Amino acid sequence: MAGSFVANLFGRSPVRPLQKHFKEAAACARELTPFMEAVLKGDWSAADAARERIVSKEQVADDMKKDVRLNLPDNLWMPVPRADLLDLLMVQDRVANTAKDVSGIVIGRRMTFPVEVGDALMKLVRRCVDAVDQAERGVNELDELFETGFRGAEVDLVEELIDQLDAIEDDTDQLQAEVRAALFLREKDLPPVDVVFMYRAIEWIGEVGDYAQRVGSRLQRLLAR
Amino acid sequence: MEQMTLYIALAAIFGLYMAWAIGANDVANAMATSTGAKAISFKQAVIIAAVFEFAGAVLAGGSVTSTIRSGIVDASLLADTPELMIYGMLAALLAAAVWLNIASKMGWPVSTTHSIIGAIVGFAAVGIGTEAVHWGKVGQIVMSWVVSPVVAGTFAFFIFRSVQVLILDRTDPIARARRFVPAYMLVAAFMIVMMTLTKGLSHVGLDLTTRQNLMISVAMAIAVAIAGKLIIDRIQVDPKADRKFRFATVERIFGVLMVITACSMAFAHGSNDVANAVGPVAAVISVASTGMVEGRSAVSPWVLLLGGGGIVLGLATYGRQVMRTVGQKITALTPSRGFAAEMSAASTIVLASSTGLPISTTHTLVGAVLGVGIARGISAINLTVIRNIFLSWLITVPAGAVLAVIFFFILRAVL
Repeated sequence: MAGSFVANLFGRSPVRPLQKHFKEAAACARELTPFMEAVLKGDWSAADAARERIVSKEQVADDMKKDVRLNLPDNLWMPVPRADLLDLLMVQDRVANTAKDVSGIVIGRRMTFPVEVGDALMKLVRRCVDAVDQAERGVNELDELFETGFRGAEVDLVEELIDQLDAIEDDTDQLQAEVRAALFLREKDLPPVDVVFMYRAIEWIGEVGDYAQRVGSRLQRLLAR
Repeated sequence: MEQMTLYIALAAIFGLYMAWAIGANDVANAMATSTGAKAISFKQAVIIAAVFEFAGAVLAGGSVTSTIRSGIVDASLLADTPELMIYGMLAALLAAAVWLNIASKMGWPVSTTHSIIGAIVGFAAVGIGTEAVHWGKVGQIVMSWVVSPVVAGTFAFFIFRSVQVLILDRTDPIARARRFVPAYMLVAAFMIVMMTLTKGLSHVGLDLTTRQNLMISVAMAIAVAIAGKLIIDRIQVDPKADRKFRFATVERIFGVLMVITACSMAFAHGSNDVANAVGPVAAVISVASTGMVEGRSAVSPWVLLLGGGGIVLGLATYGRQVMRTVGQKITALTPSRGFAAEMSAASTIVLASSTGLPISTTHTLVGAVLGVGIARGISAINLTVIRNIFLSWLITVPAGAVLAVIFFFILRAVL
């Protein structure tokens, strides 16, 4: 004699797994700061170590993503559309993926950025990581959002977080333009193929911030009914 | 006369078996929301369930027992053959208990109420004749199976919405919870005390006027609310838990409230579902001891005691184990949700019990949970289970009926 169908009535809540996934993805993106610092110093062994951490964290996040997906079958009835949650999960995962891509292209080509570019580049990386941190703050509000049923004071609070995230992302666009401008001034003295890939790396770093912002816009979509 | 003693003994054994099955399994459903929300421990749940199930069964279980005993089968048709009534009720009890056993082994979501009603209707329609069934009453009962989850769901929706508007959606939910949760306690306590007084105390021989009932209920409810308020005021804000989840302290305050609603739920379950076991027993006893099938008379208290005892026995032997399984499975349920679901389910069941309608406790609770879900209160509900519940509505009644008919013919041949 066992079994109660009141207990079976409840599916596994997607909230904690989603939060854990982004915690891992954000930690992965945060490793970009020590990684780029090492690269700019020319300390390749430190860069390799940071790259290792990025890859392993991305892998962990990837496994979590699969786990969340498997636990969101389409027979669940949730206060928010299932498609929106899966979308949020995908964008969260992109943050880690892009960070891995950046580290891959930089280490693969042993990129040595000109000193003049370096400062601006570090600023860009830090600001993108800020965007990721802000996005994580938003995702951390998910459990509170489910608790309040996506209503009231909690919604205003999350809206505020998302506004701040948008402002940070605007900064990263600005900083990205500055890095490009600094590189443009020096590009004629550098091997052309290297320059092409440097532009690409800069673009991808900017994308880390973009995806962080998109995490925010996916959250916003959950708020809108 | 010896034959009659045998009948009574058989009825008592089958009734005890059925009550034990209800206690072992059904109570877990009634208490699932409390243990799932971690508002009370398993040990506390078992104690609360034992005390309040027993109280509900003995004090308020009479009306529904009468309905099951004599409301479904037209007794006047059996005046010449009273033993048919005895065989039928014994068969119905056995059929319902066996069906429950099979179903819980297979993990099917069936209702004890549906099983016993199906079984009684089955033996009466086939064993005696379709004209022996009070179809009007049966229709009313079946209607209530549809209506009660809907009513509970609506209650739950509005109760949970009020929790949102008054507490959760504010900027200062902790302060608001401290203020409003005692008010919810007041309402819950008033409901359960009022119900006990109006329905229950006449069994014990105490007859109070409505005015006296009201006054006692209000006094008791205020006492409970004040006690609750004192406990709530002693709950400290836990900054560490609140940093991780800002509503952690709020939920702990709701946890205190859930203890009250858990009591109400156990009481409500006892008042309605004990009848499933003791209704047929009471019918057999009244026929066997008087030798004739009479209409209505009061259900003797010792039958209700037998049912209450059986439920507690089931709880003691299996309840802890089942409740633990259930409690571990529910993770999505917080005390604020569990409270809304239990409060509305308990009110609906108590209301139905007082009109004598046998309804399915578990299905009502499921309806209440869905009501909270409609208010966007639950993070994930498994729709497959809902579908299975609807299917079980369709299957259990005929299954109980067929089994009852089989047992009826066997018993008639053997006894």
